[in-house]
Amino acid sequence: MEHYFVEFSYLFASVFFIVGLKSLSHPDTARRGMHLAEIGMLLAIIGTLLHKEIVSYQWILVGLVVGGAIGGVLAQRVAMTALPQLTALSHGFGALAATLVGIAEYARHGAAIEKPQMIAIGVEVLLGALTTTGSIVAAAKLQELMRGSPITFKGQNYVNLGILAVALGAVVFLIFSPGAAFAFYLMLALALVFGLMLVLPIAAADMPVVMSLLNAYAGLAATATGFAINNNVLIIAGTLNGFSGFILSVLMCRAMNRSITNVIFGAFGSAASPATAAATGEAREINIEDAATQLAYARQVIFVPGYGMATAQAQHVVRELASVLEERGVTVKYAIHPVAGRMPGHMNVLLAEADVPYSQLFELEQINSDFPNTDVAIVIGANDVVNPDARDNPGSPIAGMPILDVDRARSVIVLKRGKGKGFAGIENPLFLKQNTGMLYGDAKGTLGKLVAAVAQA
Amino acid sequence: MNSLMSGLYVFALSAFLGYLVISRVPPLLHTPLMSATNAISGISLVGSLVTAGGNHGVLSTVLGVTAVICATINVVGGFWITERMLKFFRRKETPAAKEKE
Repeated sequence: MEHYFVEFSYLFASVFFIVGLKSLSHPDTARRGMHLAEIGMLLAIIGTLLHKEIVSYQWILVGLVVGGAIGGVLAQRVAMTALPQLTALSHGFGALAATLVGIAEYARHGAAIEKPQMIAIGVEVLLGALTTTGSIVAAAKLQELMRGSPITFKGQNYVNLGILAVALGAVVFLIFSPGAAFAFYLMLALALVFGLMLVLPIAAADMPVVMSLLNAYAGLAATATGFAINNNVLIIAGTLNGFSGFILSVLMCRAMNRSITNVIFGAFGSAASPATAAATGEAREINIEDAATQLAYARQVIFVPGYGMATAQAQHVVRELASVLEERGVTVKYAIHPVAGRMPGHMNVLLAEADVPYSQLFELEQINSDFPNTDVAIVIGANDVVNPDARDNPGSPIAGMPILDVDRARSVIVLKRGKGKGFAGIENPLFLKQNTGMLYGDAKGTLGKLVAAVAQA
Repeated sequence: MNSLMSGLYVFALSAFLGYLVISRVPPLLHTPLMSATNAISGISLVGSLVTAGGNHGVLSTVLGVTAVICATINVVGGFWITERMLKFFRRKETPAAKEKE
């Protein structure tokens, strides 16, 4: 009887998860759907606690309470600008849990494990371990505990592939002689190292792809756990997560016109960029009053946020400026490039947090035709995603990357921290154009002054 | 063998379903999507619970309880942050929408 209850709780959980994810196709239904998914999770946990194999509860309760408290505090306290770090850490925790369960399974059954189950445990521990260390490195880079630039050495790709090959070899070996504990722990150690090595050479600006990949791996580790312990709800939930991660990685890569292998093995941004047909000239600096006048008398203004808006925590003051402009009758829109920020959809969340209605947030394909009818495009801490070279100069290192056509607006204002280049060290001819004015300095401070100046214009 | 095959069926169908469902999520909600799927795959908590409560010796219990902690952080943190984010998304501005949670 209990057996059926357990199985039904898993069945309901699976259905609720799918309905929950389906509801994410629209912001109005999303919350209700996620509540269903939460109920599904709760059902699955209660069902499991009734499982006949579970005989002692006190430690489980301790674990649930401690984990719940840490998770709740982290999620409640984190600033929206630090979301990518938290998400990376969360991937790491999930993957670590899968790894530990895999180790426990192996330690308990060892030589008695049959072939299919050994494959599952092998994949579980391999993916789990590499996702754990990979996520920690990603989080450290995002939190700037580590430098964001790629860490590379000669022959790195061969070393990495070698490590992976030996680890996979160890899994194959284990399938045929499951009793070989040294092979198991060697595989575990190599997978941990491989995770480190995989993320170290990746530039901070490529993080959206890496985040999506880690998301996928964490999911597939759960799938493998499902195979290892014969549990369908794990297979379903893990696979949904795995595919979601892969779809996001593909979308992010497409938005940079690069392949996944190029992101992982390319260490983009470390190589000296080849000389482009560099436009020469001086970027024209303008003052706050000029910028404010342009904005105040515009009919349509498009804001183009980049990661610089997040680092300056400037989303709220962007919203303030937009409000002042709207009060004057200016139409305000926001153009969001898929890889602006450090994870997919990062800019949307920040602007939504600042109370920007989502009907004003536009994707690249929707907004590009609108730039020629726009009086002022204001670029806040974005660089490569608005570089016209990607569109016009086939020799550019980022040639072919879809960009926001801000250069086609009647005038452009660029807020930039300093006079340096973008992450890839590429010149941006946008800054040298006649109709572009530069405002250097901290974006938050500059925007604050703009708000005051527009109010007086 | 039978359970392996039915597992593979479930895997194949979920992969297909996942592709269909996820491709319809707009870029607007890609961050909540990532944290939601992450929370959902924290369902491996189920495996951790069985390992932690099974009385299979000290090692199993220690690994299991640590896994329970990690997986619970994953589940609770993931759903919580998703909820926090989704609250931000509104179609029109609401004048009284300045409240902080």
